[in-house]
Amino acid sequence: MTGLAAAEATSAVVGTPALNFLIFFFFVVVTLVIAVSVAGGNRTTTDYYAGGRAFTGWQNGIAIGGDYLSAASFLGIAGIIAIYGYDGFLYSIGFLVGWLLVLMLVSEPFRNTGRYTMADVLDLRLKATPVRAAAAASTITVSLFYLLAQMAGAGALVSLLLGVSGSAGQDLVVAVVGVLMLFYVLVGGMKGTTWVQIVKASVLAVGAAVTTFWVLSRAGFSLSDLLHHAAAASPAGNKVLGPGLEYGVSTVTKFDFVSLALALVLGTAGLPHVLMRLYTVPNAREARRSVVWTIWLVGLFYLCTLVLGFGAMWLVGGKSILAAPGGGDSAVPLLADKLGGTLLFGIVAAVAFATILAVVAGLTITASACFAHDVYASMLRHGEADPAEEVRVARIAAVVIGTVAVIGGIYAKGIDVAFLVGLAFAIAASANLPSILYSLFWPRFTARGALWSIYGGLISSVGLIIFSPVVSGASSALITDRHIDFAYFPLNNPGLVSIPLAFFLGWLGTVTDRQPNDPARFARIQVRALTGVGAERGGRS
Amino acid sequence: MSLFQPSRGNASSTTASFQPGHGTVGTAAPPANRASAIGYEAVRASRDFWTIQRRFGSFVRPACIAFIIWYFLYVIVAVFAPGFMRISVFGDVNVGICFGVLQFVSTFAIAMGYRRWARRRLDPLSARLRNRLEGGPRQ
Repeated sequence: MTGLAAAEATSAVVGTPALNFLIFFFFVVVTLVIAVSVAGGNRTTTDYYAGGRAFTGWQNGIAIGGDYLSAASFLGIAGIIAIYGYDGFLYSIGFLVGWLLVLMLVSEPFRNTGRYTMADVLDLRLKATPVRAAAAASTITVSLFYLLAQMAGAGALVSLLLGVSGSAGQDLVVAVVGVLMLFYVLVGGMKGTTWVQIVKASVLAVGAAVTTFWVLSRAGFSLSDLLHHAAAASPAGNKVLGPGLEYGVSTVTKFDFVSLALALVLGTAGLPHVLMRLYTVPNAREARRSVVWTIWLVGLFYLCTLVLGFGAMWLVGGKSILAAPGGGDSAVPLLADKLGGTLLFGIVAAVAFATILAVVAGLTITASACFAHDVYASMLRHGEADPAEEVRVARIAAVVIGTVAVIGGIYAKGIDVAFLVGLAFAIAASANLPSILYSLFWPRFTARGALWSIYGGLISSVGLIIFSPVVSGASSALITDRHIDFAYFPLNNPGLVSIPLAFFLGWLGTVTDRQPNDPARFARIQVRALTGVGAERGGRS
Repeated sequence: MSLFQPSRGNASSTTASFQPGHGTVGTAAPPANRASAIGYEAVRASRDFWTIQRRFGSFVRPACIAFIIWYFLYVIVAVFAPGFMRISVFGDVNVGICFGVLQFVSTFAIAMGYRRWARRRLDPLSARLRNRLEGGPRQ
């Protein structure tokens, strides 16, 4: 590491692309070697989808953290703090607190009652092909939305990292991310991608901790001094230390934030790539332990982003962050450059890139498993597909999904990453969570209720996004032509409407259902959820 | 909330408990097929299971309600009473920062508390019931 004085001297130039490329190349080679060496065939569905259910609680916990701490968390939240101050902190708390719902209501019942996907759980309770189809549709939609968010971030980030500024260059980088990610997924399966997540999460945690320590040392290890310097450096002054700079502008933005908060706290428990990871451990107890590990990792990481964000506000300044390629997302890499010079900048940027790569791999394996297991094996082949054939279908699906993500990422670049992820959370909370909770805990729940709630949540959340200022009518909208304005819904995040609506529809569809629900099925899912009877025991037998 | 009620359920539930031919347990694996011979409704109505269910609810229900209220209290104050959040506690550290950090602390505390509680109070009971149910048919 260069000294502080040297860092000041080199701060005019942001990194050296050659060094950054070398660091990034090193990471890719190491993780590829790991993915290949642990893969070991991946012939059975349990190997390919669930890593043989052989991971321990802490391994899986760190891997879940790796899946969860996407570029939106690392770069997005710190960037929002660096520009808007306190409001970014509100984001991170929502992202963390939702984990308690996963821990207490979802993790153990899920591990006990499903095999690979969310649809397994609903199917055990309701035994209805249309419900499986609905669950698969919402799983794939949420995964694609999340994928899009990550891919959109990749283009902007790499333009900063490798000095690729042209549009064609960025598109090429997005495509390279897609190809690399597919390699992890196709060769490594769940086992390979899990190890990639573990390596990535560890590097990310160490990188964040070192940079945080560095920032704090500059502020004399006084949080108050850090905040003081940050506020002094910001044009908004002391306002950045309290909430409201981004969300307090008007009544609409206030309710928009409440909507986002609801989506964040309820969305985590409906994220398909998080839920699927619960199946990679041998039993429910390990699933619970892994979520506790995740909570610690994610929580401590977000506390670091608070320091990093205000540190970037102080040392880099909001103006130069917004002027850099990638905007707010560039706050942490620029901060690293200010502190540790080109080497630290290269490391942090490579970690961020690795983050995108790993999260994209996790999402792709989830969506492809959902297609192969739920749509192909269970619905098209009525559960009679040969496991090797099912794995082959999953690999083909992964290639298709990867391609769609690359194309989508090229079109979506430039949109704020944390914001897109917030929308994915809203869709997950609306379409997935109600039917999961009703299936596990409500005796009367019927297949019709599930269909109403899944499709109702999915259609209302996606529909409200389409008619929101995100898509048209605002200066930051997807459709830049201001004459096209169909933003009839005022909020950016649909959660405040679509989540209660989905819960209500699940209830309404059930109570108006003439077909009697099967009490034996509820008894079975409850007994299995709470005791683990009949769950596949994992690990090396 | 009916979500966590350890309901001993519909009065009619015991009548339908004999369904030997109802066959496969969803898409589940072979061990589950053996388990499907278990009369789940009888198990659900049993004293042992009722204890597990009631215990689970007695921790999880208040804990979930409490953390959700605590979180939304924070959100509502942050959004609708930002002035309160700006009150200084020490130096430039204000109520908002402290309130936010407390959300982290409470999340860690609930997670550790639940883990410890479940390991001591829930795991022994559910493991015993599981072993009895799964071991039963083989003996």
